[in-house]
Amino acid sequence: MEFKTILFYLFAVLTVFAAVRVITARNPVHAVLFLVLAFFNMSGLWLLLQAEFLAIALIMVYVGAVMVLFLFVVMMLDINIERMRQGFWSNLPLGALVGFLMVGEMAVVLTGRYFGLESFPAHEMPASYSNTKELARVLFTDYVYPFELASIILLVAIIAAVMLTLRHRKDTKGMTSSAQVAVRSRDRMRIVKMASATELPATTADQEGDKA
Amino acid sequence: MDAILVQAQQWLGPLFPLVWTLLKVVLVIVPLMLSVAYLTFWERKIIGWMQVRIGPNRVGPWGLLQPIADGMKLFFKEVIFPTVADKKLFIVGPVMAIAPALALWAVIPFADGWVLANVDAGVLYLLALGSVGVYGIIIAGWASNSKYAFLGAMRSSAQMISYEISMGMALITVLMVSGSLNLSEIVHAQSRGIFSSMGAGFLSWNWLPLLPMFGVYLISGVAELNRAPFDVVEGESEIVAGHMVEYSGMSFAMFFLAEYANMILVSAMVSVFFLGGWLSPVGFLPDGFFWLAVKIAAILFFFLWIRATFPRYRYDQIMRLGWKVFVPLTLVWILVVGIWMMSPLNVWK
Repeated sequence: MEFKTILFYLFAVLTVFAAVRVITARNPVHAVLFLVLAFFNMSGLWLLLQAEFLAIALIMVYVGAVMVLFLFVVMMLDINIERMRQGFWSNLPLGALVGFLMVGEMAVVLTGRYFGLESFPAHEMPASYSNTKELARVLFTDYVYPFELASIILLVAIIAAVMLTLRHRKDTKGMTSSAQVAVRSRDRMRIVKMASATELPATTADQEGDKA
Repeated sequence: MDAILVQAQQWLGPLFPLVWTLLKVVLVIVPLMLSVAYLTFWERKIIGWMQVRIGPNRVGPWGLLQPIADGMKLFFKEVIFPTVADKKLFIVGPVMAIAPALALWAVIPFADGWVLANVDAGVLYLLALGSVGVYGIIIAGWASNSKYAFLGAMRSSAQMISYEISMGMALITVLMVSGSLNLSEIVHAQSRGIFSSMGAGFLSWNWLPLLPMFGVYLISGVAELNRAPFDVVEGESEIVAGHMVEYSGMSFAMFFLAEYANMILVSAMVSVFFLGGWLSPVGFLPDGFFWLAVKIAAILFFFLWIRATFPRYRYDQIMRLGWKVFVPLTLVWILVVGIWMMSPLNVWK
């Protein structure tokens, strides 16, 4: 048995375990963290397939950004776990049926015969092969227009999401950063030239008083 | 050496890669931990001198045993759990903080060929695992079941996500000019150039042609480390110590170790991306690990210097700097570098 095989089973078992815990964990924060664990192990599996760009992009985008924001939201929620679990048993039969159907369909599609996977050669790459470079080459030559189009659509979606949720409240007491940055010291403080005044020498009586 | 390796390979079978890698990992982590210990000492000394104080000078000669004493103290302190804390996650928090801080060292090249994992997508690996570090803080903040800790966690997640963007964008220009995601390749690319062939290698490094990005990366690095002047996450005067407020003993020490290991890591990254890594600044001196160490030490000194100098940024000012200054600046500079590379003035051929 190769070391890679051990790694594969480790990642696979942990992925399945984490995925099951995502839906069985009582606390939503725990569920999100198990989802993060599942993402990590999936990325490990992808690394074993030498798809390093996808694996790292999964961690960077999903674990590093999306799940952090998700966690942010879930932690802010005040979720009543008891109320969430109400009606669990009455909804179970339908849910289980849908679940089994999906698993069955995926099993039919993914077991290989459907796509004729046996006829493909084994996944072997030379050591100099760079997954990232190959992906970039295809994306920026053959598929450059769809790629640019997709990025523009995403940009529009980002701006739309910001504009939809942007509410300007009139009663907030905010500070204008640009005005603050633009302030110069001479706007706030005026240095006045004054003629120097000579201080009178202390009298002997004062010195006596100091000593006393 | 090779004979021993072959013997070990036969004896351990499929577990050999694991054991061999772990050995190499220890070779990186032990010096790192020692550097972390003495970085804390050095920080206290430097800030002391800058503020006209003496700094620690009681334990051992010139106070040199102070970090050891601090470590022993933290080691023997009790780890206190808040009453309604989520106990498991309370322990996972510091682990998640220190794990990425150590794992990131895998792709840092210490000298030509001295790297734990010479992966092609090294920069992506750094960006990906660097963004995982925030989990330690968020988990700790939530599991502590304390308002201060939670505020710290919220602040840190917003800050880290914002500055990761400008860091990544600044790195894109580095990738453009070096044409590789491999860190050793990025260093090699900096050894080529007009100045380098004239013997003044330090002018061929990325910091000069990519000067604005060097600044953006360095400042975003400080923000990413949650260090002064961007330390609103801890903000002693507002939220006590942020996510660390409920931690004690070794669990606190792990956050501390993670912060300082990350400081050294960011310094190493700045050296590799912009300051030529292990390359010697002048032609007549040989390249080597020594130069990387000098560059890391210089950047670490910079971090300590600004901590002793600047007051803390206000939270909205941090967000403004990240989103309204750095992100547009990096976007424009990517375009500038792209045009520069296409023009006859290209200096990176």
